[in-house]
Amino acid sequence: MDWINAVLQGVLLGGQYALLACGLSLIFGVMRIVNLAHGVLAVASAYLAYWLVQQTGMPAFLTIVIVIPVLAAVGYAIQRGLFNPALRHGELSPLLVSFGLAVIGANLLQEIFTADSRKISIGTLSTASVELVGLRLGVFSLITLVVAVGVIVGLQLYLSHTRIGRAMRATKDDPEAATLMGIDERHMYALATAIAIGTVALAGVFLGMSTQFSPTYGDLVLIFAFEAVIIGGLGSLWGTLLGGLVLGVAQTVGAQIDPAYGVLAGHLVFLVVLLFRPQGLLPKAVVA
Amino acid sequence: MSPTTTLASQDLASKDLKVVRGGWPSLAGGGVLAAIVVFLAAAPWFVFSPGDVTNLVTLFALIILGTTWNLMAGYGGLVSIGQQAYIGAGGYGVIKLADVVGLPIPVAVVAAGVVCAALAIPTSFLLFRLVGGYFAIGTWVVAEVFKLVTQELPGFGGGSGLSLTAFQGVDRVTRIATVYYLALVLAVLVVLATYVLMRSRVGLGLTAIRDDSVAAASLGVAVRRSQRLVYVAASGGAGLAGALIAVNGLRVSPDSMFSVQYTAFMIFIVVIGGLGTIEGPILGAVIFFALQQLLDSYGTWYLVALGAVAIAVVLLAPRGLWGLAARGRYEVFPVGHTVYPQGSPQGAQSVDFD
Repeated sequence: MDWINAVLQGVLLGGQYALLACGLSLIFGVMRIVNLAHGVLAVASAYLAYWLVQQTGMPAFLTIVIVIPVLAAVGYAIQRGLFNPALRHGELSPLLVSFGLAVIGANLLQEIFTADSRKISIGTLSTASVELVGLRLGVFSLITLVVAVGVIVGLQLYLSHTRIGRAMRATKDDPEAATLMGIDERHMYALATAIAIGTVALAGVFLGMSTQFSPTYGDLVLIFAFEAVIIGGLGSLWGTLLGGLVLGVAQTVGAQIDPAYGVLAGHLVFLVVLLFRPQGLLPKAVVA
Repeated sequence: MSPTTTLASQDLASKDLKVVRGGWPSLAGGGVLAAIVVFLAAAPWFVFSPGDVTNLVTLFALIILGTTWNLMAGYGGLVSIGQQAYIGAGGYGVIKLADVVGLPIPVAVVAAGVVCAALAIPTSFLLFRLVGGYFAIGTWVVAEVFKLVTQELPGFGGGSGLSLTAFQGVDRVTRIATVYYLALVLAVLVVLATYVLMRSRVGLGLTAIRDDSVAAASLGVAVRRSQRLVYVAASGGAGLAGALIAVNGLRVSPDSMFSVQYTAFMIFIVVIGGLGTIEGPILGAVIFFALQQLLDSYGTWYLVALGAVAIAVVLLAPRGLWGLAARGRYEVFPVGHTVYPQGSPQGAQSVDFD
């Protein structure tokens, strides 16, 4: 029963990882940029929500109404101001620029909020649970998983059925041809980043409500999100969901063996996937 | 004889052209560098305090880190953000080799570098399945695995780490001098070895990979093999630097030795100095070291500033400060060739070949 419980808890944890990873997957899918500032942006979102709750006393869930638009605007500005110019210098430059951003972000957060750990309080919801055939499932974790699936379904529908989504995929496939069709490539890239960072903001607020975070927590977020993307398969949002779940299960099952082995087990599963199935579990199953 | 020279001397009217590699300006620059090395070798006797000498070891370690990271990223096109795996392995390795195996410190430091290079070979087969940014984060995952495994291994001190005991009973001056000269010699050797490598046939291939890896592959450059070579060499270099940091600081802990902060330092050094040049990382290391000494009291703000400067350099001066200063025309370590029409050796029509 302990093992079934570990797997189930892992699936719930995986919902959080999938939510954190889908922005990374989208930015890579559209622009081939690996955004090393991904984790810092998630943690910055958590801090923004924390600050809003402290300042205004607003309910924690309501902060996403402010945090998501603010971070999406930041994403748009980063793409227009930094990543687009960097793309002109080749593929290494955006990587280096995003690394610079990550260093700036983590140290600014430390300067503003100190290195102390914080958590966004959600009252009794953090301990509320439902019982399912003798297993206790956290209500908040269940909500996170549902939101993760919702975000991924929403992104898929948006990319495949809207005018902007089609333009985005066209830009991804062939930027020059898309430009000839009257699509503004720079704007498309910036919109994609804005949407991606918007999902990061949502994920960051959920992260801040579920766990203790500090300015350097972004490192772990980036690594876990990245592992979810690779395990699932590059360029596939459904793959990212599956990758998040596999990573979550690997960590909780590893921790069941020995509490010290949780994170290590996740890394090892990632390396095993890399060794035997480098294209990931669901490579490019769905266009994204 | 490199293909560039062959092309210039056979296909063009060879009697009208003169192909030069380096020349007196490079010799002069090399002479200045040699003089600086001689000064640094003599300096502990009359200029620096023991504290300065210990600090300078950090500078030499940074030069090794910058030079080898540049070899891998600048020439090989492999942006790793996980070289702290080998910095940590080198640091722990040297302590084990000196304290448990009983090797003399200089031998232990070099052996730690060799161990790290050997560790990099199997790792490369795993990581080379990823390209670009995904390679980058993959290297970081490997570094985390190294760190977590080191914490769990019996006899490695868990989360609190190890102390070096081989220096016990050695007086402070001898200890500091040993580490200082070891670091100076290793830094000079690493830079010279990089220079010799870049002048070789392999180096020519690497320069081509730096400029366009697809075109290089189509011209018969063994891209994968060259990249593996520089990854292994850079990991050995990171191991040497880690070993020096460990014998200089006398203790290691997982969080300090396997810190991603080292990667931030390496990227700043190479990007600010000049990616894809031999001179750039040396200049970058000196600038970074000077800023670190000057701005230490500003705490995290100085890292914020460094991040901003690195972004500005990537966007506005992608060849770094050395690239801005030398404009691709001047090399202290001449790797490229310059072709002059005969009779006007300083003529405006000269053509540069990297």
